[in-house]
Amino acid sequence: MDINQANEKVVNKIMAARPMLTGLGIARDVVPGMKENLIMHAGPPIEWEKMSGPMRGGVIGAILFEKLAKDEKQAIEMVEAGEIEFSPCHHHDSVGPMAGVISSSMMVYIVENETDGNKAYSNLNEGYGKVLRYGAYSPEVLEKLSWMNDVMGPLLAEALSDGEGLDIRALLAEALHMGDEGHNRNKAGSLIFTKLLAPRIAKISKDGSVASEIIQFLGDNALSVLNPVMAACKAMCDAGHGIEGSTVVTTMARNGTEFGIRVSGLGDKWFTAPVEQPNGLYFPGYTSEDASGDIGDSTITETSGIGAFAMAAAPAIVTFISGTPQDALNATLEMYEITTSEHSHFTIPSLDFRGTPTGIDIRKVIELGIPPRVNTGIAHKDAGVGQIGAGLVRPPMAIFEKALIAFAEEYNLG
Amino acid sequence: MTITKSEIRPGAYFDSVLLMLLQRGLSELPGVEDAGVVMATPANLALLDESNLLTKDGEAGKPDDLLIVVRAKDEKSATEALAEFDSLIKKRKSNVASDFYPKSLVMANKQLPEANWVLISVPGRYAAEVADQALDIGKNVFLYSDNVSIEEEIDLKSKAQKLGLLVMGPDCGTAIINGIGLGFANHVQKGSIGVVGASGTGIQAVTSHVSNLGAGISQAIGTGGRDLKSEIMGITVLQGLEILRQDMDTKVIVLVSKPPAPEIATKILSAAQAIDKPVVINFIGHPSASQKIDNLYFVSSLEEAAEKAVSLTKNNDSQKVREKITLPKPTGYLRGLFSGGTLAYEALLSLQSFLSPIYSNVAISKDQNLEDPLESKDHTIIDLGEDVFTVGRLHPMMDNDLRLRRMKKEVEDPEVGVILLDVVLGEGSHPNPAKEISAAILETKILRPELVFVVLVIGTENDPQDKENQIKELEKTGAFVFTSSNNTIEFLNQMYQESNDKISPSIKIEDFLAPFVAINIGLESFYHSIVSQEAKAIHVEWRPPAGGNEKLMSILDKMRN
Repeated sequence: MDINQANEKVVNKIMAARPMLTGLGIARDVVPGMKENLIMHAGPPIEWEKMSGPMRGGVIGAILFEKLAKDEKQAIEMVEAGEIEFSPCHHHDSVGPMAGVISSSMMVYIVENETDGNKAYSNLNEGYGKVLRYGAYSPEVLEKLSWMNDVMGPLLAEALSDGEGLDIRALLAEALHMGDEGHNRNKAGSLIFTKLLAPRIAKISKDGSVASEIIQFLGDNALSVLNPVMAACKAMCDAGHGIEGSTVVTTMARNGTEFGIRVSGLGDKWFTAPVEQPNGLYFPGYTSEDASGDIGDSTITETSGIGAFAMAAAPAIVTFISGTPQDALNATLEMYEITTSEHSHFTIPSLDFRGTPTGIDIRKVIELGIPPRVNTGIAHKDAGVGQIGAGLVRPPMAIFEKALIAFAEEYNLG
Repeated sequence: MTITKSEIRPGAYFDSVLLMLLQRGLSELPGVEDAGVVMATPANLALLDESNLLTKDGEAGKPDDLLIVVRAKDEKSATEALAEFDSLIKKRKSNVASDFYPKSLVMANKQLPEANWVLISVPGRYAAEVADQALDIGKNVFLYSDNVSIEEEIDLKSKAQKLGLLVMGPDCGTAIINGIGLGFANHVQKGSIGVVGASGTGIQAVTSHVSNLGAGISQAIGTGGRDLKSEIMGITVLQGLEILRQDMDTKVIVLVSKPPAPEIATKILSAAQAIDKPVVINFIGHPSASQKIDNLYFVSSLEEAAEKAVSLTKNNDSQKVREKITLPKPTGYLRGLFSGGTLAYEALLSLQSFLSPIYSNVAISKDQNLEDPLESKDHTIIDLGEDVFTVGRLHPMMDNDLRLRRMKKEVEDPEVGVILLDVVLGEGSHPNPAKEISAAILETKILRPELVFVVLVIGTENDPQDKENQIKELEKTGAFVFTSSNNTIEFLNQMYQESNDKISPSIKIEDFLAPFVAINIGLESFYHSIVSQEAKAIHVEWRPPAGGNEKLMSILDKMRN
């Protein structure tokens, strides 16, 4: 068994994958295994008892959104009675930012990897402030979700129904040259996204004011493209998953309580450990005391070679770690140490167009003692407060150690 | 009341220079009486214990743990000092440029691919692995680390030799490459004297003295102290000599080492002799019998080595082409049959450095001991004046019978090619030894005309045997006759030199002479030293693999295969 060869194969598949946004659909119609009483969530599997504040809020919000319960109290009773099933998004070819809560009637983006034919899904981005993904479920949160699901979603679905998918890989490559890193900063990408969709929306919409409202919403939200980007990253990573003998990480995800990874050559087994507290910049009035544990599937961006790994492309957000542009370069340079390859499509101008570090190798992580970097939003620990900062976090070393030991057992290297 | 507090940080690695600075920083904090910041190796724990700095917690430290200990006048000062530790590290870090220090050799090489050297000063148990990686990516290695096993050294040096690369070390304290001082190098002048040294301080002493005498150094190549052991076979010394042979800037070579194993000395000296430059040799504490053989100058102290080298740079004779005399080709081993004990011993002393294995009944080292003095083997020097031969008969200086019978026996051995004899004249000696000996030589030559006879005649013109006539008589047989020990040895040396295999390790001299660019792994101070000499370098922020976790390291190891 040649691990290097296997890893090479994995990153080549990840880089060759061509994720196209081909449409939107209702989760229960398109997401594999989705059903009425199922709520998908971010990160590795978790029980209700162990869920963090934002995750619980998201779950309650989703139950209310699905009209399975009439209020919070009844929603909690249902959960405690075992009437709601939970399952990680990742078990359903899906990903969701922060709490990552997706329920059966929510609309999802459908991204298809043209190269291998696999698909991935993600929900619609709600923007900032009080939002479900941070655990908010007040009436205005649910109202916005309904508008997105009933007005914007169907129109976007129609706009994309002409068979001309949006090439998310090309969009990302361009956005990296415009100061995005694809995880915490998606300003440029969201504008490109809006620009690509606007003519199509205008073309099919029968009501100019609705079209205007949607374009405004997409354009105002600097995270509009985050969810399709995450689905694209998921489609790319899945293309590289399940290669015999590979030590490349194909999933990194957090549920607010535990950080989990999966490794290409180790099947669908999760390796988990308690999440760490992000280290970052807090919005006025908040401190690290208020922060929830690390949460969200958005680490799929780092897993596929962007996000914190492409930090050198996004010096504008280096203030999150109170650093200098040199620190942004250093962040990317450090990630080359633990990755398998340099991305053939995602390049960084300030590093002389070097490809982004791609394909985390658990061997290198352990040998050098360098866990991957993750750029992340920081959620308030209480449900519904929302984002209170952004910063840098690293997965606990223990999960890479566990994975390495499991690899040795699996392949009889003990 | 004094209180000692400690803290352990598992798997936190810092280089020893940084630890010293941090320790000093802690000691200077208010209320602190003494402090220790060490990796918790058994040796360091013992040191702490001596300074009354070892706590119960500290004792539990493992070699890969960082141990911070503070003894202060009260609890409060101790706690505060420990809490100050991280800001001391930070303070120091903010002083250095925020340029990226790579964490691995692979990455450093990507950032500075033109690097031709890797300087390694990580703890010994990790050093060989790092050196191996360096060779894999085609770099020469300066291996400062000690505690590298001899097996690892053999592997590294054999590999380097195959690749045409150099491994200086392990435990190589200093070197000067293309004008850049590595490790503990002195600031010496650039010049035409090249040094190969198996001793770091030896190199420092010679290069400093050369510089003080107004001359300069072209290259100083360190080899590590074990290079001339029989296991390593002088790989690096030989490569070093070859580099200096090819280096146009080197006019005179100095070789400094502890006395090598005899068979290695042969190799080294014959390689040195093949160089058309003077080579000054100091086998420390082991004076040679000869002062000069061909282009080799033997000296007995480091200072003398420097002085000799400097004087040779001024001496135009050193440039002269060696005179080409047609030397006979020895067809086999040398057998020296001596009547004079001291002459035998002196011959052995000089010959052992270029003929090996060599045996004798007056052996200098144990492994030269001839089991049976009546049976020669390989190269052999016999003192026939020893008691075992003289019981019941005259001394061989008076009676040639025994010696000539032994000679007859020796020449029956087809592996023998050269017979060395002494003829000692004077009162009391045989009245005409040349006559008997010449007759015996001529007799053997009928059967074996290719045999070479070498005779050392000791005596004066006024001796009763008539020295001139004795020599003439002997020369008529075709024997090579000398009247000084030195000339005899030099002749033998040259004769065997011709037949010794030429040692030509592959070294790409153009690569070696390219501007010095280095990757430094380990002591950060070495990096700053290189940069301050205006050479290009990159520092690797090295940490023990897998944080020193043995289990994970062994898995990683297996995954490499």
